[in-house]
Amino acid sequence: MNSYDFYLSGEKLSALSSGGLYWSDKKILCVSDLHFGKTHRLNRTGAGALPPYENIDTLKRLQADICATNPSCVICLGDSFDDRIAEQSFNNAETHLLKILQKDRDWIWISGNHDPYPSLQFGESISSFSKSSITFRHIALKGEIGEISGHYHPKISINLSNAQITRACFIADQKRLIMPAYGTYTGGLSVRSDEIKVLFENDATVMLTGNKIRTIPYSSCF
Amino acid sequence: MHIPDKISKWIRAKNWTLHEHQIRMFKSSECSSQLLIAPTGSGKTLAGFLPTIADLYLNPSQKLHTLYISPLKALASDIKRNLETPIKELELKISVEDRTGDTKQSIKKKQRVIPPNILLTTPESLALLMSYPEAPSIFSSLKRIIVDEIHAITESKRGDQLFLAISNIRKYCLDAKIIGLSATVNDPSIIAGWLAPANDCDIILSDPGLIPEISILKTSEPPPWAGAGGLYSIPEIITEIETHKTTLIFHNTRAQAEIFFHNLWLANSKNLPIAIHHGSLDKEQRNQVETAMVRGELRAVVCTGSLDLGIDWGSVDLVIQIGAPRQVKRLIQRIGRANHSHSGASKALIVPANRLEVLECFMALDAIYENKLDSEVQTQIPLDVICQHLLLVACAGPFLPVDVFNEIITLAKYKNLSREDFDQCLDFCISGGYALKKYNQWHRLIQTSDGSVKLRDPRIANRLRMNAGTIQDSDTLKVRYKSKRGKSNGSTIGEVEEAFAVSLTPGDTFLIGGKIVKFESLREMVVEVSPRPEKKPKIAVFSGTKFSTSTLLCDRILRTLEEKRWDNLPEYLCRWLEHQASFSKLPESNSVLIETFPRNELNYTCVYGFSGRNAQQTLGLLLTKRMEELALNPVGFVANDYTTLVWGLTKVVEPKKLLQGENILRGLDLWLSNNAVMKRTFRSVATVAGLIERNLPGIKKSGRQATFSSDILYDTLLKYDPNHLLLKATKIEAMQGLVDFGRIENMLEKTKNHITHVDLKRPSPFSAPLLLEAGRIPIHGSAIELMLDSEINSLISDARLEY
Repeated sequence: MNSYDFYLSGEKLSALSSGGLYWSDKKILCVSDLHFGKTHRLNRTGAGALPPYENIDTLKRLQADICATNPSCVICLGDSFDDRIAEQSFNNAETHLLKILQKDRDWIWISGNHDPYPSLQFGESISSFSKSSITFRHIALKGEIGEISGHYHPKISINLSNAQITRACFIADQKRLIMPAYGTYTGGLSVRSDEIKVLFENDATVMLTGNKIRTIPYSSCF
Repeated sequence: MHIPDKISKWIRAKNWTLHEHQIRMFKSSECSSQLLIAPTGSGKTLAGFLPTIADLYLNPSQKLHTLYISPLKALASDIKRNLETPIKELELKISVEDRTGDTKQSIKKKQRVIPPNILLTTPESLALLMSYPEAPSIFSSLKRIIVDEIHAITESKRGDQLFLAISNIRKYCLDAKIIGLSATVNDPSIIAGWLAPANDCDIILSDPGLIPEISILKTSEPPPWAGAGGLYSIPEIITEIETHKTTLIFHNTRAQAEIFFHNLWLANSKNLPIAIHHGSLDKEQRNQVETAMVRGELRAVVCTGSLDLGIDWGSVDLVIQIGAPRQVKRLIQRIGRANHSHSGASKALIVPANRLEVLECFMALDAIYENKLDSEVQTQIPLDVICQHLLLVACAGPFLPVDVFNEIITLAKYKNLSREDFDQCLDFCISGGYALKKYNQWHRLIQTSDGSVKLRDPRIANRLRMNAGTIQDSDTLKVRYKSKRGKSNGSTIGEVEEAFAVSLTPGDTFLIGGKIVKFESLREMVVEVSPRPEKKPKIAVFSGTKFSTSTLLCDRILRTLEEKRWDNLPEYLCRWLEHQASFSKLPESNSVLIETFPRNELNYTCVYGFSGRNAQQTLGLLLTKRMEELALNPVGFVANDYTTLVWGLTKVVEPKKLLQGENILRGLDLWLSNNAVMKRTFRSVATVAGLIERNLPGIKKSGRQATFSSDILYDTLLKYDPNHLLLKATKIEAMQGLVDFGRIENMLEKTKNHITHVDLKRPSPFSAPLLLEAGRIPIHGSAIELMLDSEINSLISDARLEY
């Protein structure tokens, strides 16, 4: 798999082209904003009948990252479940696959704004988790150092001569990292938006997901 | 039946004489269906309404008598004005109301309880009206259904939507007569088939009127080699405007209209009152232009198809068409706009936008004089429209699927609809129709034990109604002036497409409504701009509809080239054609000409298919796929209505191989399925079928993270549910419309084994202009990734960072 190594608070981290993050020293794989059960919620409100394939697709991509890195711990950085009853959207095959992935390794659910309550069958959630000098939480806190968060689903659009390419992306400076959304049916918020801009210094780096990781200086996005 | 005395007296008092076709329409108004074919401005509407007025005069009623459907909202309100005069002067008690997207909710609600005698509406509004539980009581008294501009409606999915709705309300009013009013078309029997499946439609053809005076504008400067704007003709056009009362200047796209208007304004040294009118402008601004037109205050209006249909705009005495008209019938309808209410001949000028188009313009003129019209018929059944129809039928109340199926197959076009396809549509409406069955409790529709189908939750009816409609606008954003206090409550100027809006960076300038504006910011789905008159604009990209040149015109061009009949053509054109003949070869109708030449380290292959833009683009996809298979490293292609130019790293020595072989079409599905064209079509199909919502109040404000693109849905379906109904519907539509597959197949069939290959050292006179053509399509896959890399490298070097 393609990855890009960088340092946050002195720790070497690898941004994976899939949108996952691997911390090889601690054998931790981190993914953010899985949004399991999103079609379940949208279809319930009468919005339509969206294709119910996001759980299996997200799980299969996660499986591929787990196979490639064989982590001893997986951290899901919040908004893993789209709402309180999202677990009802799992069919047997999906439940089975997630339980297999969880087997023989630590699994940490960080709670997010979509899933502030504990999961019924996949384990408890906590609001944040710290290891060495790094803290994992769902929504970035201003002033924190060594923080990894999700929530904003950053994406970037680049204009080519006759096409516009939009990719989910990581964005990081010396103090913090914001992860791209990993779930299949998740949109994104432009890295140029004010919400993201206030969190980063000028020297931040944007890492695009895709078939390989590409990096550009955040300052060149404007 | 005779025209009642009071009415004929009134007509005489007005000094009017009824046309032959108006009398015939009246006389045969007892027929169950009638179709009137008459040119613009020949009193079609009166012919349609006269029997209604007579009947209501003799038998006054409190109920709905006549339903009138037109493709344009504006046409409905125009007709309302026109009907008010006779009703007032004849002192009739006839109520006339319109019901369109612009009608207030309170009035619409009242209309469902107390409908007027004459209801003027659009296909969309009728489909919605049908979806209310009051439908049986509204339509039970209906005597006449009039479909105006039926030739335009049946050209698109709106025709399907309209006639599905009519098939549904028919059961409430079995005796209602149906009347179609149409501009001149090639084959009236096709339209008659919509009206009367039993083939008993009374077709009335009016006197075609005087042959219009059409010519090609003579300019001091010949048309340029490439381009589409016709700017070179501005000096002569100004002269024409000065010597006529009111001139309409038609363009094929909105972007071209904007650019042309901007330049016309700069050259307008005498300050003639001229304006611009197209579908992306704010309604308020369009209204102003329309009112000024009616008052005769404008000398010229630069416009697009938004002025195509028969609204009465007063004293237009000249129509100018910029760019090749692509279809003869569209040109005729546009020309009909001149001298609309007079009996004199219309006057029109055509301005070819570039040299390739000159020939096409001459061919279109010939076709008009020979009275030949093009016919390209939609024959595929759009499954997405059936889905939308079923959802709306469900909103009116529980229904038995077999009943609705039987209603639908009464329509001529749908008589071969298979029960299997219908059931698949129904299944989609009920559960989404996915191979993976999930969460049954949340289905939109449920089927009860007696087999009838109803809404799971009646509250979602409103939501379904809000999403109805078959015209698929790409997402557009409002453009507003930023007010001084920084809030975007300034006036709305118009709309631009979302894809264009996100490509803007603050400080960029673009043209809209004839003004240059500067992009300030994008706030809550509003593009905020400030006036910036002095800068050169970056151009607004309105996609608009791009029509392909019709088979009729393409064939005529080929025949002219073959027979070398060019004595009437301008000298610069003859020289160009002769140069092509001596340097390379002229294309022929029973063989495909292929030229190959090297240029700037790339190898070009130019294929003269003469199949229209969409088909030539598809040919580009086909050729590049074959090149990939043959390891010829394709890099990109570009197409116009006649030609496809592909380029790659390796020289194509045997171009025959690109077009021949048993398996040329095999695997094209997969190649196409990853193409942007398919994804765009899917978006439209999924919206019409009700998978993706639009127009939901508040949804745009909820922030971008909450939404995700239809491309993701498309990719997921392709991966996990490749046989899904919507993928099937997407393919049907793309193959026929955007991809125009039939014409490619025809071309390949016709020219089997007849390929003329000319290997050249440099571009030929015909292929050279293509090198300037806009709209190059890169080949996805490794090419786009390489481009992304180079763009990122340039971003970094622009930022002058050590990185």
